[in-house]
Amino acid sequence: MTKRLAGLLAVAVSTVLAFPLQAQTPRSGGELVFPVPSEPPSYDGHREETFGLIHPFAPFYNTLLRVDPFDKGGTKPYPSLAESWTVSADGKTYTFKLRRGVKFHDGSDMTSRDVKASYDKIIFPPPGVGSSRKGQYAVVEAVEAPDSHTVVFRLKNASGSFMASLLSPYNFIYKADILAKDPNWHEKNVMGTGPFTFVEHVKGSHVVGKKFANYWDKGKPYLDGFRAIFIRSSGAQVAAVRGERAHIQFRGFTPADRDNLKAALGDKIVVQESAWDCILLVGINHEKKPFDDKRVRRALTLALDRHQASESLSKIAIVKSVAGVQVPGTPFATPPGELNKLAGYWTDIDKSRAEARRLLKEAGVPEGFSFTFTNRGIPMPYEPLGVWMIDQWRQIGLNVQQQVIEPAAYFGVIRKGDAQVFMDFQCGYIVEPDLDMYKFVSSDRNPANYSRYKDPVLDDLYDKQSRARSVEERTKLIRAFEKRLLDEEAHYLMTLQWHRIIPHSSKVKGWTVTPSHYLNNTLDTVWLSE
Amino acid sequence: MTVYIIKRMLMMIPTLLGVAVLIFLLLRVVPGDVVEARYMGQGSQFTSQDLMDIERKKLGLDQPLWKQFTTWMWGIARLDFGLSMWTGSPITEEIKLRFALSLQLAVMATVVATLLAIPLGILAAIKQDTWIDYAVRVFSIAGLAMPSFWLGILMILVMLIVFKWLPPMVFTPFWVNPWDNLAQLIWPALAVGYRYSAVATRMMRSAMLEVLREDYIRTARAKGLWLKLILSRHAMKNAMLPVITVVGLEFAFLLGGLVVTEQVFNLNGLGLLFVEAISHRDYTLTQALVLIVAAVFIFVNFATDIAYAWLDPRIRYR
Repeated sequence: MTKRLAGLLAVAVSTVLAFPLQAQTPRSGGELVFPVPSEPPSYDGHREETFGLIHPFAPFYNTLLRVDPFDKGGTKPYPSLAESWTVSADGKTYTFKLRRGVKFHDGSDMTSRDVKASYDKIIFPPPGVGSSRKGQYAVVEAVEAPDSHTVVFRLKNASGSFMASLLSPYNFIYKADILAKDPNWHEKNVMGTGPFTFVEHVKGSHVVGKKFANYWDKGKPYLDGFRAIFIRSSGAQVAAVRGERAHIQFRGFTPADRDNLKAALGDKIVVQESAWDCILLVGINHEKKPFDDKRVRRALTLALDRHQASESLSKIAIVKSVAGVQVPGTPFATPPGELNKLAGYWTDIDKSRAEARRLLKEAGVPEGFSFTFTNRGIPMPYEPLGVWMIDQWRQIGLNVQQQVIEPAAYFGVIRKGDAQVFMDFQCGYIVEPDLDMYKFVSSDRNPANYSRYKDPVLDDLYDKQSRARSVEERTKLIRAFEKRLLDEEAHYLMTLQWHRIIPHSSKVKGWTVTPSHYLNNTLDTVWLSE
Repeated sequence: MTVYIIKRMLMMIPTLLGVAVLIFLLLRVVPGDVVEARYMGQGSQFTSQDLMDIERKKLGLDQPLWKQFTTWMWGIARLDFGLSMWTGSPITEEIKLRFALSLQLAVMATVVATLLAIPLGILAAIKQDTWIDYAVRVFSIAGLAMPSFWLGILMILVMLIVFKWLPPMVFTPFWVNPWDNLAQLIWPALAVGYRYSAVATRMMRSAMLEVLREDYIRTARAKGLWLKLILSRHAMKNAMLPVITVVGLEFAFLLGGLVVTEQVFNLNGLGLLFVEAISHRDYTLTQALVLIVAAVFIFVNFATDIAYAWLDPRIRYR
């Protein structure tokens, strides 16, 4: 009960805080036009992982919960199809009360049966059906629908991140009858309860949606419709906004694009910025000598002047903040003062590099030692960060060659374990330690740990923070995890947190940037001032 | 002639078969596959091996290579290119959507190039070493030196900065709205057609210069024939032979080779589809596209040979 009240209070507070953003009276009408840099292979949110699906297709669906559309931090749970929820005292039972009067686009009623069928497909997919996010719900024992408007999730154990995992924008609620007939139906068809109904998708060109007249949130959506246009070239995307053929691009532009648009369009452009829940990591293959020696790995991180890079690289690339394992400014992020105590984050770079040289000497690595840094063939921000790191490592007497591999082949090559030091990447739909730190558990637990190490101490810290029942306890455990990962063992190196820059037409209202480009694309709150 | 045409058409079969084998094997040599391209590059940490196995099985990638090849060839024999591994849609549908745009753009660029190249090439030849010749040479060398995508970017910037206008971003077929269609395609057609015309202009000029020095032209002049008649009836027909080869090959190239120009103008054409198919490791779509482009090249070469015979009565095929 206390948690339910806390949930409602959080919603109330966020609504009040968001009030200035919503102060203007929304105007109905108009078509929102936005470029999308990538086109999804199918329409099934349970199967795909690309933002190219979310931007044009999320407006056709609702999820059980969503992230508060006006929360800049992008972490606060907000009602969607579930209007309220409670958590049992042992943290193992989550009960959701569903909204009444919700209609699918075919006119039928949405009930708990549909929610259960959708989550069963995600968590317990039938044989032969792929689910991208099954692994995120390993803690779920069962999904139940005791009555037509109640859904219960029973967990195997309490989990600090379960609520956050229900905020996934990919967990579209599908109609149970359709799933029963064909669980793959949604790969090629669209039918949800979202604020917009599907009009057309011309492959390689665009997706069109129009306002759903029977949407449950009366008065919404404000827009008559939207048109998502697939534009791969970033230059053409910028030109579309600059030529006022498009209102907004939801993924992000570079600092140079922002400055050009602002210079060209002045007050007609509004810029929203946020730390971005994506980061390039440097993987260090522990199976390759001398990188099995933690002194060498620590030297690699100590060589990087992250503070200086934050200033200079943020002018030319989509990176900015100096970060640990959590996006700066979010609930579990390490405060800068504390972060600066970790190896590689010291503010005195001369001292840091002197220590790096000492460690290399101690480990028997000679001056001018050569190794290959493998990078992914994507210009932004892989290229500037790669060049920067090679320069930093040269300053401690290392000679680094860069090998650039085409994107589609990249992870296949890295997975084989032939690379010595390489660029790795992670990107999340929500800032949540369980989701963000799973990357770093031992490689026998997570094959996506390409640094190929096994560290039971780190795994134990991960599990403990995941099950912690208080914020203070969890924060302490996350700090310990971060110190072991980045400082003591230097298993992986962090570069700089990505920085999301959204310059959009000043006509676009009711949209708030968040740290994730997967969030806030339902478009129900968005409106056009003219 | 009929026997020759039938022979050439039959010769196409082993050529296309060779192309099919080559592209099938080359694609499998390149690291990565469509499932990795789909799931490994998104930054997620929860992609399981189970999911990858399910997806590979769905696409038939768990089958031995010989079986994958024979299944594909059996489909081709029935003119069924199969389904795209990336989208799961029929390949004919994927290509049909883009083909109309690419074909129209290729035709428009060819028209632009031909309208520029033939008169300019002739003019430069008959006014050899005058300021007119120099001007045409500068114009054509500039066209050769300037990549069409760069010219395209300049055109877009000028339209945007000077005229505050941009071409439409979505393709509209000509029969639906001719104005929108031309407003989108005329600019890439000009950008591509200019570079294309530069090649053809230089070819036309040198072929014309060669023909103008031939004895039969001198004889025609000595007989007092009107210059326009000499040029149109005697010189141009002969000088056109190498130009036709260039135009034919360029036309075939334009159908699938305008990758960067399509990106600059955001055109939903075959070039971009080609690049995406390769980067997604969409084996079936890439194979189909390579076969189609190869077939177009073979057909254009064949049509060029036939045109030779029509233009030059001395050429006879057996």
